[in-house]
Amino acid sequence: MIQLKINGKAQHVEVAPDTPLLWALRDTLLLTGTKYGCGRALCGACTVHVDGQPMRSCSVPVSALAGRSVTTIEAVAAQRAGRAVQAAWRKLDVPQCGYCQSGQIMSAVALLAQNHKPSDADIDAAMSGNLCRCATYVRIRAAIHEAARNLALGNPTP
Amino acid sequence: MSELINLSRRQFLQGGAGLTLGYALPGVAMAALPEAGPGKAGAGLAADLHFEPNAFLRIDADNSVTVLSKHLEMGQGTYTGLATLVAEELDADWKTVRVIGAPADARRYNNLFWGPAQGTGGSTAMANSWEQMRKAGAAARAMLVAAAAELWGVPASALSVSEGVVRHAASRRQASFGQLAEAAARQPVPADVKLKDPAQFRLIGKKAPRRDTPEKTDGSAQFTQDVHLPGMLVAVVAHPPRFGGKVRRFDAAAAKAVPGVVEVVQIPQGVAVLAKDTWTAKTGRDALKIEWDESAAFKLGSEEIFARYRELAKKPGLVARQDGDTDAAFKAAALVVSASYDFPFLAHAAMEPMNCVVRLSATGCEVWNGEQLHTGDQYALAGLLKLKPEQVTIHTLYAGGSFGRRACKDSDYVLEAAHIAKAIDGRAPVKLVWLREDDMRAGYYRPLFHHVMQAALDQQGKLTGWRHRLVGQSILIGSPFEKMLVKNGIDQVSVEGASTLPYAIPNLTVDVHTPMDIAVPVLWWRSVGSSHTAYSTETFLDQVAAAMNKDPVALRLELLAQHPRHAGVLKLAADKAGWGKPLNPGKPGERRGRGVAVHESFSSYVAQVAEVTVAKDGAVRVDRVVCAVDCGIAINPDNVRAQLEGGVGFALSALLHGAITLKDGRVEQENFDTYAPIRINEMPRVDVHILPSAQPPSGIGEPGVPPLAPAVANAVAAATGKWLTRLPFKTDELAA
Ligand code: FES
Ligand code: FES
Repeated sequence: MIQLKINGKAQHVEVAPDTPLLWALRDTLLLTGTKYGCGRALCGACTVHVDGQPMRSCSVPVSALAGRSVTTIEAVAAQRAGRAVQAAWRKLDVPQCGYCQSGQIMSAVALLAQNHKPSDADIDAAMSGNLCRCATYVRIRAAIHEAARNLALGNPTP
Repeated sequence: MSELINLSRRQFLQGGAGLTLGYALPGVAMAALPEAGPGKAGAGLAADLHFEPNAFLRIDADNSVTVLSKHLEMGQGTYTGLATLVAEELDADWKTVRVIGAPADARRYNNLFWGPAQGTGGSTAMANSWEQMRKAGAAARAMLVAAAAELWGVPASALSVSEGVVRHAASRRQASFGQLAEAAARQPVPADVKLKDPAQFRLIGKKAPRRDTPEKTDGSAQFTQDVHLPGMLVAVVAHPPRFGGKVRRFDAAAAKAVPGVVEVVQIPQGVAVLAKDTWTAKTGRDALKIEWDESAAFKLGSEEIFARYRELAKKPGLVARQDGDTDAAFKAAALVVSASYDFPFLAHAAMEPMNCVVRLSATGCEVWNGEQLHTGDQYALAGLLKLKPEQVTIHTLYAGGSFGRRACKDSDYVLEAAHIAKAIDGRAPVKLVWLREDDMRAGYYRPLFHHVMQAALDQQGKLTGWRHRLVGQSILIGSPFEKMLVKNGIDQVSVEGASTLPYAIPNLTVDVHTPMDIAVPVLWWRSVGSSHTAYSTETFLDQVAAAMNKDPVALRLELLAQHPRHAGVLKLAADKAGWGKPLNPGKPGERRGRGVAVHESFSSYVAQVAEVTVAKDGAVRVDRVVCAVDCGIAINPDNVRAQLEGGVGFALSALLHGAITLKDGRVEQENFDTYAPIRINEMPRVDVHILPSAQPPSGIGEPGVPPLAPAVANAVAAATGKWLTRLPFKTDELAA
């Protein structure tokens, strides 16, 4: 039995301690918004926030998370930057197949939480761990700029 | 011809509310099937829907309009496009429209371009549904209007409809679709409906926001990977390391010792380990000790396959196209230009690795899948499980990409899931999960190809002869599609784009060798044959233009006099890209170039102009791609732009990095480190220009892919003077 703090709630999961957070989220807690893509920290589909930092949940064992706070796509709208990013994603119709987008959004929110006006180079640096096989990159970039503008205007969900 | 019938009548008489409408073949039994669709897997099944899904749309008392999509949504905007067609003629309020996947039922939901088969592919979703879906919407509208006319005692012609409301202006009465749904269900279905004049369109050709975006931004969209059924087991499978390998014997003791592993079973595809969760199943799978029987396994490497193909290419193959007297043209030639090309195997590598959920019961089988080939998979499952096709129910979920992979002609992963369910006698529902490594090594690749090309120029420098020889495996021979697309032993998708070359060249031969002894499973990969033929034809033409001292755009336009749609997009792209104007120079040591390509696929025409920068070490950066497209009427222009942006990125991944290589029959790549799609830092700016058109819509999911690689290669040649003829690019060849 391992105790985790997920989306603000204490959760007990009965899994082997080496189980990656990803599978505890998906298979045990049925929080399926976080996706599996590679299992090796290569694609970013599984990105969540651990204490506010983006992390690849496929490569973090649950045993390493005692006392730390995990946020998934299901709860990212509780953050101002989360709402702004989701609204920009909707406005620009970013997703195609959509499978990578939870991870993209989690990385984008983490970027905007610490950099209010990211340049294209900042976006490249923060987002290049997230693959999109549908190559929605043009819109991901535009939506991050859009979200940053709306946050600056104090208008997270236009 | 299918007949328009009111399916809701019986339901209405039985007390059900609402209007449902669809087409069905006369005499089709309307067995009630469980509903299907995203968001409805497992415990989340909505309990309030009691309708016969033999329909394309349903209107509920709450004003919601539900469109049943006969096609899969795998990213290309299909759900939104089909719903747009229905909503346009229905004059629905777009905000109330939602879309769910239709069940597998070829009699009602067949792809009209595929005869009696239901499925999605070949960029046909909009094209085959263009009239069908609009008629479904128009007929429903007519019934709503008739119901209102009857209710108010006014002529139907005095009524207007907009945004989901029927109005009688003179008496200032109005009623919403929801209020009229019950009464409308009692109206006869009109025998014939008049469709709108395109000038009246208010959704088609405008921006209709995608219906699937909200659920794809909050994590709630349901993919096969997300299905959880009560008692379900997850299966992870050990597959043979080479194609054609089999299990000789295995020791499951260590796997069974992993806490949580429930069963270990042998299936024809390997050995499956079942557990309550994925990680446990994977841990169990990794603990298996298996001795493989590789006596019949395929053991060649990619380089050996290329060597064989080069040998084959020395002899003539089956002739796919012959114009004029090619031999005579070459005999009389003043100059012959030649080149040969190598294209590797390519994996689809959709972000969601292949997976499938199967539940067996006493009466049949239920499947949850990002289902792309409904009829093929339904029949394959029925065959394996000794069921009638209608006993196989398929719930279609969103697919996390496919690019052709989920339309497997052999139903490979779907059957694998069913084999596992069968091996445990249906004791539990089974979710087969392929890990990335399983997915990447499972075959069904874009076939490896070798091309040889020659062009003849006469004394006047005129292009008089063209020879194009292709060597590569057939996708279709031996598949259910063989009858449709293999002619005189020639697989049309091996040669498409080469045999359909639009240029006016009087003497032309295209021939092909189809080796049958390469046991690597191959499949359609976004744009199929055009994924290689566009590259060889369009880069070779640039080489010819260079030999003729002609501008590549000018030469193409000269040769495209009979092909105005090719010429139209070519001119538009060249114009928007500033063709002929000098490019900004790069930084010191950088070389810059611009290149063009034009290609038709799936009846859509795309031209692209690429601008590249080549670094000193040869690294290629694509800075901008200007696209012009003619896909007939653009149902959703923003989605057309999205598909071209995505097509550019997908094609660029293959050009810069993409190769599945075999060594002694083993696939050398297994994950995204060695098979690397491009990342955001490699994505160019993409400008899309849509040519206005009154032609019926053609496809858009694939046609953006073919021209990208040749446009970039031609730009690289403009920058460096070198044409790269092996894909993916080996950029060290471009070092200054
Ligand atoms: S699944 Fe974690 S990075 Fe790919
Ligand atoms: S939207 Fe399909 S992988 Fe990103």
